[in-house]
Amino acid sequence: MLTVLLSVLIVSSVSAGLALVLVVADRFVANYGECTITINEQKKLKVQGGKNVLAALTEEKLFIPSACGGRGTCGYCKVRATEGAGPVLPTETPFLTPKEIEDNVRLSCQIKIRNDLKIEIPEELLAVKEYEAVCSRITDLTYDMKHFHFELRDPPTIDFVPGQYIQLLCPQYKGNREEVYRAYSVASDPADKTIIDLIIRRVPNGICTTWCFDFLKEGDTVRFNGPYGEFRLSQTDAPMIWVAGASGMAPFVSLLYQMRNERITRPTTYFFGGNKVKDMFYLDRMRAFEKELPNFRFVPVVAAPDEGEQWDGERGLVTQALERADADLSGHEGYLCGSPGMIDAAIKVMNQLGIPNERIFYDKFE
Amino acid sequence: MSINAQLWTAAVTCFAAIFTNNILLMYFLGMCPFTSVSREVKTAFGLGVAVVFVMTCTAILNWVAYRYILVPLNLEFFRFIMFIIIIAAFVQFVEMVIDRYSPKLYYALGIFLPLITVNCAILGASLFMIIRDYTFIVTVGYGLGSGLGWLLAIMSMAGIRQRLAHARIPRGLDGPGITLIIAGLMALAFIGFTGVLG
Repeated sequence: MLTVLLSVLIVSSVSAGLALVLVVADRFVANYGECTITINEQKKLKVQGGKNVLAALTEEKLFIPSACGGRGTCGYCKVRATEGAGPVLPTETPFLTPKEIEDNVRLSCQIKIRNDLKIEIPEELLAVKEYEAVCSRITDLTYDMKHFHFELRDPPTIDFVPGQYIQLLCPQYKGNREEVYRAYSVASDPADKTIIDLIIRRVPNGICTTWCFDFLKEGDTVRFNGPYGEFRLSQTDAPMIWVAGASGMAPFVSLLYQMRNERITRPTTYFFGGNKVKDMFYLDRMRAFEKELPNFRFVPVVAAPDEGEQWDGERGLVTQALERADADLSGHEGYLCGSPGMIDAAIKVMNQLGIPNERIFYDKFE
Repeated sequence: MSINAQLWTAAVTCFAAIFTNNILLMYFLGMCPFTSVSREVKTAFGLGVAVVFVMTCTAILNWVAYRYILVPLNLEFFRFIMFIIIIAAFVQFVEMVIDRYSPKLYYALGIFLPLITVNCAILGASLFMIIRDYTFIVTVGYGLGSGLGWLLAIMSMAGIRQRLAHARIPRGLDGPGITLIIAGLMALAFIGFTGVLG
């Protein structure tokens, strides 16, 4: 009996002693104190050391784009770390080009704050804010696409450049145990600063799209941050060729509003591709834009209409429709939005038709 | 035993632990990281060095805990639990300290430290030193030697496997299969050291 008691006592006290040592060590050894992060040589942030830069910036309401939430798998959260970030880690190298490594570009989620840091982030990211909005309308566009209309609550207005995207926070739900952010292009009129429209296509087993389609209801409150992205109209008068299918239409809707608002009359042809007739949507809306914008032409293309489906428009892949147009496009600019496969194929065709890479702008949905 | 005699015994034990009684090749302890982290010499070296360090330090800590806590209380049979707790806490502690004071070392060794907590060679070394009734100084030699022996074995294996990368290996043997066969051949070769020190 005594042995049993004694052994329990000894093992527990040794464990407790070791645990105490670890707690003390955690308190003193792993305590990095307060560190200062200097951003772009002007803004100074005081943060508690020990965590990573991305988490610290998010706590300070500074949002760096990140799709994976700081696990080092998306490679979006790049910043220039000019001082105090330590060596590049093996977890970062797959996401950095040799030139970026030379320029001290790092993944902010992988930099642990051990001392004072100096980092540089694009000025416009400082304008990124977190928003709370109410989902006031959900409309079916096709069998696997929906249009979501959000009214902003706090802050009440947003300034974005048409073509930019926001990151929607997908909360925990049955089947998803952690919060994630997913990027969606804004499809609304930039003049109406109190609302945001998103066009979302259901991704089979997608974490966020499943939530949007099966759980999000009209009247629910959502959170998102943004705006992000460099995809936008160039400051030239060059005629444009747009190519996008499915939810890739979102940024172009916003661009069309901008062209209407600012009376931009650049000749524009929009090739909108879909697999079947049932994948087509917003055809009436595009016809309406054609009426309002004298130089805008909308070309819907269906790859393979089912028998019995009524379709008198273009057939084949969008890239084939583009080739069929067979025009000299050397003075044009190309704008693309959609899956990486479609974009790479379209860039190839545009190159053949005389549009060089530096005049092709795209937003890959990955 | 005088100090001098103990030092000599420690040196001999250390040598024996590296060559004639190699903990990996003679007792086949620590096989799991041995087969999985032996693809490259560089990572194998990192893991090996971490093992040398942890094995030496935990052998010493466990010797002290055994001699001054368990033996006086007649609780020797508790050594398994005790040793495991001490090893786990020590590895945690070391990880924290390295992370704080030597980020460079942390990036090189840090990822291996949690792996080592559950490496049975570490626990094996601590248990052997008790079974064989080593004194403190001999224990230091034994812990160091066992670690170095493990380092030597995994480095040789990694060297061989790097060369094997371009060899044509029968499909059924690729990966762990050929690794175990090589380990067996290496063990045979190490038996050749038997009796070196008389």
